[in-house]
Amino acid sequence: MSDRASSPIVQLTLARFREFIREPEAVFWTFVFPIVVSLALAMAFPSRADRDVLVGLQPGAAADSLRATLTRGGGITVREVRPEDQRHALREGVVNVVVIPTDPPTYRFDPAREESRFARAVVDDVLKRAAGRQDPWTAREEPQEVAGSRYIDWFVPGLIGMGLMSNSMWGIGFGIVQARMRKLLKRMIASPMRKREYLLAQLIARLAFLPAEVLVPLLFAVIAFGMPVNGSVGAIVATTLVGTLSFGAIGLLLATRARTIEAISGLMNLVMLPMWILSGVFFSSANFPDAVQPIIHALPLTAQIDALRAIILDGATLADVRSELAVLGVWGVVPFFAALHLFSWK
Amino acid sequence: MVDHAATEPAVSCERLRKAYGSVIAVADVTLTVHRGECFGLLGPNGAGKTTTIEILEGLLTPDSGAVEVLGLRWGHHEAALRQRLGIQLQETQLADKLTVEETLRLFRSFYTRGRTVDDLLQMVELVNKRTSRVGKLSGGQKQRLSLACALAGDPDLLFLDEPTTGLDPHSRRQLWGLLDQFRARGRTIVMTTHHMEEAEFLCDRVAIVDHGRIIAVGTPKELIARLGEPRVITHHGTLEDVFMALTGRHLRDE
Repeated sequence: MSDRASSPIVQLTLARFREFIREPEAVFWTFVFPIVVSLALAMAFPSRADRDVLVGLQPGAAADSLRATLTRGGGITVREVRPEDQRHALREGVVNVVVIPTDPPTYRFDPAREESRFARAVVDDVLKRAAGRQDPWTAREEPQEVAGSRYIDWFVPGLIGMGLMSNSMWGIGFGIVQARMRKLLKRMIASPMRKREYLLAQLIARLAFLPAEVLVPLLFAVIAFGMPVNGSVGAIVATTLVGTLSFGAIGLLLATRARTIEAISGLMNLVMLPMWILSGVFFSSANFPDAVQPIIHALPLTAQIDALRAIILDGATLADVRSELAVLGVWGVVPFFAALHLFSWK
Repeated sequence: MVDHAATEPAVSCERLRKAYGSVIAVADVTLTVHRGECFGLLGPNGAGKTTTIEILEGLLTPDSGAVEVLGLRWGHHEAALRQRLGIQLQETQLADKLTVEETLRLFRSFYTRGRTVDDLLQMVELVNKRTSRVGKLSGGQKQRLSLACALAGDPDLLFLDEPTTGLDPHSRRQLWGLLDQFRARGRTIVMTTHHMEEAEFLCDRVAIVDHGRIIAVGTPKELIARLGEPRVITHHGTLEDVFMALTGRHLRDE
């Protein structure tokens, strides 16, 4: 009298997958968010060559001739900035250096900012040359303005890694806490369901989103920004697959005891925020002191992003990124079994 | 196996006790449920009914006392036991985004034997709701779906915790009919309720629970008869009267 029932792990995975895709907001954030962020960043950080140097000029007797000198060669935008506005203009990046028309001129700039030092050097060069400086020689220049070395190229792999982490952890964490709040977890273990199959199904269901989560932003970056993909797509898929499982396992671990959405949100932020900063999503983690580098490299997001950058930008193979894969593997296996052990079903 | 099955009780427990901090939920519960009967735990909210039934279901561990279900024990035969039980919890909300059929297919997959999804849909009269999302069902339909999930493994023993609480009279009657059919096939039901009518309609025997203890056990008729003459002069005695007489309080305190 019984039909051949399908396997529990398949049914559990399907259930989780269906619950997710029937949540339109979740789908929107998963797929649209990375594209919006890449667009925004591409606009905010065009490659340096495209950008004018922003120079502020304090009004004064010699200001007009200085303006003419600065703007003659191109590549410099001059804005008039009165003394009382200079501090604000420099801080907000409206201008990167302020030239005060004294004799010789005065440069007001922020030596802690790279673009400010750069603008000072450009202005100094232009003004001195106009004043008759003779250069001993002119170097032969070989500009390396190639796709793959721009900020956007560096950023997209980081964005993909960050998206994988957020989607896996939020997706799994929220789903579990919701099921716990609805007493659904308790109902599940009142049946003969195997606990590890339930937890495993949560992870497997995430994999269904992997192609879209990775390939959509990747394809977008290739088409919109001409980002090169030097490594194999297979290697990209393999590393992100391992990464998704690791982040999912961490999500499971965070959700083992949380009983409210507030509690799980707090835990997620506590774990994810440091990684956003430390793991080199927006700026290189090489900026951090040497003492914390071992910690940074032990983080799963660092491993995921480093592996992706190596494959996409440098054409690395899976063998080249094996140490990153090992880090991700440990972050997948240990939290999964810890979660299975600690999980509260009630 | 058949002989053995016929003789051993469906459920037996002895001197169950469970406390949460200083609150004693179950003080001392000993009871036996026979094969094929519908056994009710009747009492007000907070009497310890849910704690008791969840101990029997193996979802809670008692502080002390012994439980045997279908001749097996939790902790020793959990996997085998779960295959043979159907359980409906008090407040489970099934996943809103899944359809009725998907939900049943999921629960059915956990059991090595059981009914077909079509069978289950027919049994709980949800055939025409097959493709509806759970979130769109009425209270009565949700409760019937929850019952169908409990019946997916064609259980020998069905545990129900307040199965009709919050339902309108029509839905309640409909559910009673379904439970009656289940019992008519010789299966055992253990249920909690604080509705006298429900206990009188469904239960072969009833245990009245108050402050974590069983204060009376018997068939509804026996319990009513124990009240004696004076109380039934003006109207037919009910379990409500029994409860009043035993505790001095009303049962219908929700």
